[in-house]
Amino acid sequence: MTAKNDTGTLEINLNRKDFVSDQEVRWCPGCGDYAILAQMQKMVPNLGIPREKFVFVSGIGCSSRFPYYMNTFGFHTIHGRAPAVATGIKLANPDLKVFVITGDGDGLSIGGNHLIHCIRRNVDLTIVLFNNRIYGLTKGQFSPTSEMGKKTKSTPYGSVDNSINPLCVAIASEATFVARSIDIDTKHLGEILERAANHRGISFVEVYQNCNIFNDGAFTDFTERSKRSDHVLYLEDGQPMRFGKDKEKGIALRGMTPEIVEVGENHSVEDLLIHEETSPEPTLAYLLTRLNYPNFPVPVGVFRNVEKPEYSDLCQDQSRQAQEKEGKGNLEKLLHSGDTWTVT
Amino acid sequence: MSTETETSAATVETHKPSVEIGSAVIRFAGDSGDGMQLTGTQFTNTSAVFGNDISTLPDFPAEIRAPAGSLPGVSGFQINFGSHEIRTPGDQPDVLIAMNPAALKVNVGDLVEGGTIIVNEDSFQATNLDKAGYTENPLENGSLESFRVLKTPLTSLTLEAIKASGLDRKQGQRCKNFFALGIVYWMYDRPFDHTVNWIKSKFERNPSIVEANVAALKAGYYYAETTEIFTTHYSIRKANLAPGKYRNVTGNQAIALGAVTAMEKSGRELFYGSYPITPASDILHELARYKKFGVKTFQAEDEIAAIGAALGASFAGDLALTGTSGPGIALKSEFIGLAVMTELPLVIVNIQRGGPSTGLPTKTEQSDLFQAVYGRNGECPVPVLAPGTPGDCFWIAIEAFRIAMRYMTPVLILSDGYLANGSEPWMIPEINDIPDLCFPNATDPENFQPYSRDKETLARPWAVPGTPQLEHRIGGLEKQDITGNVSYDPQNHDYMVRLRAKKVAQITQDIPPTEIYGEPEGDALIVGWGGTHGAITSATELLRAKGLSVSSIQIRHINPLPPDLKDIFSRFKKVFVAEINMGQLWTLLRSTYLIDAISINQVRGKPFTIREISQQVESHL
Ligand code: SF4
Repeated sequence: MTAKNDTGTLEINLNRKDFVSDQEVRWCPGCGDYAILAQMQKMVPNLGIPREKFVFVSGIGCSSRFPYYMNTFGFHTIHGRAPAVATGIKLANPDLKVFVITGDGDGLSIGGNHLIHCIRRNVDLTIVLFNNRIYGLTKGQFSPTSEMGKKTKSTPYGSVDNSINPLCVAIASEATFVARSIDIDTKHLGEILERAANHRGISFVEVYQNCNIFNDGAFTDFTERSKRSDHVLYLEDGQPMRFGKDKEKGIALRGMTPEIVEVGENHSVEDLLIHEETSPEPTLAYLLTRLNYPNFPVPVGVFRNVEKPEYSDLCQDQSRQAQEKEGKGNLEKLLHSGDTWTVT
Repeated sequence: MSTETETSAATVETHKPSVEIGSAVIRFAGDSGDGMQLTGTQFTNTSAVFGNDISTLPDFPAEIRAPAGSLPGVSGFQINFGSHEIRTPGDQPDVLIAMNPAALKVNVGDLVEGGTIIVNEDSFQATNLDKAGYTENPLENGSLESFRVLKTPLTSLTLEAIKASGLDRKQGQRCKNFFALGIVYWMYDRPFDHTVNWIKSKFERNPSIVEANVAALKAGYYYAETTEIFTTHYSIRKANLAPGKYRNVTGNQAIALGAVTAMEKSGRELFYGSYPITPASDILHELARYKKFGVKTFQAEDEIAAIGAALGASFAGDLALTGTSGPGIALKSEFIGLAVMTELPLVIVNIQRGGPSTGLPTKTEQSDLFQAVYGRNGECPVPVLAPGTPGDCFWIAIEAFRIAMRYMTPVLILSDGYLANGSEPWMIPEINDIPDLCFPNATDPENFQPYSRDKETLARPWAVPGTPQLEHRIGGLEKQDITGNVSYDPQNHDYMVRLRAKKVAQITQDIPPTEIYGEPEGDALIVGWGGTHGAITSATELLRAKGLSVSSIQIRHINPLPPDLKDIFSRFKKVFVAEINMGQLWTLLRSTYLIDAISINQVRGKPFTIREISQQVESHL
């Protein structure tokens, strides 16, 4: 997205503080949400968009309190429905920069339907899904991303639900920008959020977020410094997929099946899969979403990044074309259309 | 009276006697595939353009094509047209056009004694009789003796008439509805050229279909004129409508036109979020055609997203509308609550149908009044309006948007299947006579508070995203007075609940005095709302003609109720409430005014007949 400003002359000079609202942040101390909020407040000034053009829309859940803390326009809607509200906002005023903040329960359980349809339409929205694999605000029930067997208040004998993978859903719904990051990997998170915000069309970012009250340590395998390099695969466009402390390991394909190989005697870097986020086919991106710990490192970064006509543009084009073809609507004519007769 | 369309001399000179009558009720009935809705609509438009007053009742099955020839597959279209004021589709048809045995069986019971039945004789063979559950042919066993039965071999005559077009048998026999229409045009002395023009433009790309349909129509007309079984035809003069320019509208069309008018008058863009549902989808179809006006239509993934997107559009400054039927309202309820909490303007249309649950999707009912007034969690007041006629839907839509913006509130419109699909001549208003709907956005950052109040209306400012320095957050959590910040303070909650209630309650200041049909006092007052207006007014007229002291009123504002009702009720000995439900307005009025009103109700999925109202009222007097 190009940096625009209202007058075309005034430089937009905003910084992090301009985006901090006067509301007291009420997440639990130590919650991963703080880190995401901080990165967001730090990132948005980089977009070069006047503050009044930002709208943060959310559903219900811990993460959905997010808009209250951003000093922008905000709409804390109802459970699962933020994508619908955000779509309406964008269609009403395509000039706005609209974010959707959601969680695993909000976005994938109660709001799953809206999420997939919003994604398939390719509305110009940035959806950030805080995945903590638990219901936090309702005090600790398993969520659609909780692993099978998870013991929670509502599943004392362990959950028998298969879990859902947010990125698979996004890709299956034809998302044009799909990425993942981790709450405390702040630099990476900031970069990913910025790239997502600059994407024209739908951008979907899953953020692994620690709920230190109800699901503490859900992501320690990827966040602890000692484990990170072996357990996380940082995706870089055009680069071979390597990980490990000295990048000594990589991902290769055997037939259609990915495998971990040691770079060295038997395998060279040339054997490794090259990441191509702009590939028109989502096959590789989808394959990457299936890589999961402990069998594989968990990929983070941009999985997919392609161009497609954007929804509000298409809607506006239709109106414009109708006006060009049929002339601008005339109310008088409309009311008098069809068979009419006059009584004198 | 003149007409805008050509209605020249299509009517041929006829030598048969013509009798002048005041009005007539005819019903076209056939298989869902027989084109009865189309035939009825053509007759309606021709009669409207001719200058009659009219009222129509399309009645079709929920299944698109139930098995051919079966009873559930029967589709009907009733029209009442006359030279005097017509308010209802008519209690009983004078003429029934039955395209097959099933159509006869389903409809014959409604016909007036001595009425006329035009049947397609060709379809009365064993299989069709069997499908309709006839053990013997009703055309031959004398069971129709009390009617005038005009047996017409519609199928074979049509096939004969369309020979030249080159259509095969299967295609050709589909033109038989036009043959039937031709007969009815002759019977009521109507010109057929309006329909000829319509056929030509509708099937423009298919000349042989045009030729066949026109041939069938004309053949039907001349057949009636020349065949001996049709002895008389009837003329019905133009009605004495108020001077002006007219067109025919259905309730759903009128809502769409009202919404576009409101859009132009407000200087905003119209956003319509909707999900397909019977009988509301026509509003979506209609508005989707108005892209050149800048109307935005959004067919959402479900009912919830439809209203959610509309509410988002409202937040961002569009004129927002969503439409559905009862089951859809059930799904939208949570969002209506959010609209109440965030105090954003939004109009929600409910085209009521038979319930509960999926109920009777294509039939009319007025059973969502409680849902509209009460059907949400929390103390959740929403203004509710109800149009009385198809044409009134236009004005109700404008009124709903006016209230929504003036008071910053969602507004519900309760229309119904009867109003939505029924049509009537509608006097086209002068655009300049329609008041402006300019309710500007907030722009001044000085002392801006998202939940500050307009002194007169208690409305909060409409501060849309994109406005510098008005950044603020709204949501479903309780709001602190003035600042709009989240607040769990008990006093504040109590205050805000009462404030929201007061804001809606004081809309009474905008409600004009209730019009009373009849004397302002007397023995009985019949109270109605919504689509029963015509039947109640006509029933009142009938009772008054008998010398009874009866008046009636129509309530267009269900919430808040008009402020003069208490006074009006006090002037009548008995108050009746007639509605197509188990007594919902009746309950509301009893609880509000502590009056011992009497409920007149039925829930058959059909409008009231005039007589069922008048007889019940009379029995109490
Ligand atoms: S419950 Fe969990 S997710 Fe919610 S605020 Fe507390 S730590 Fe964060």
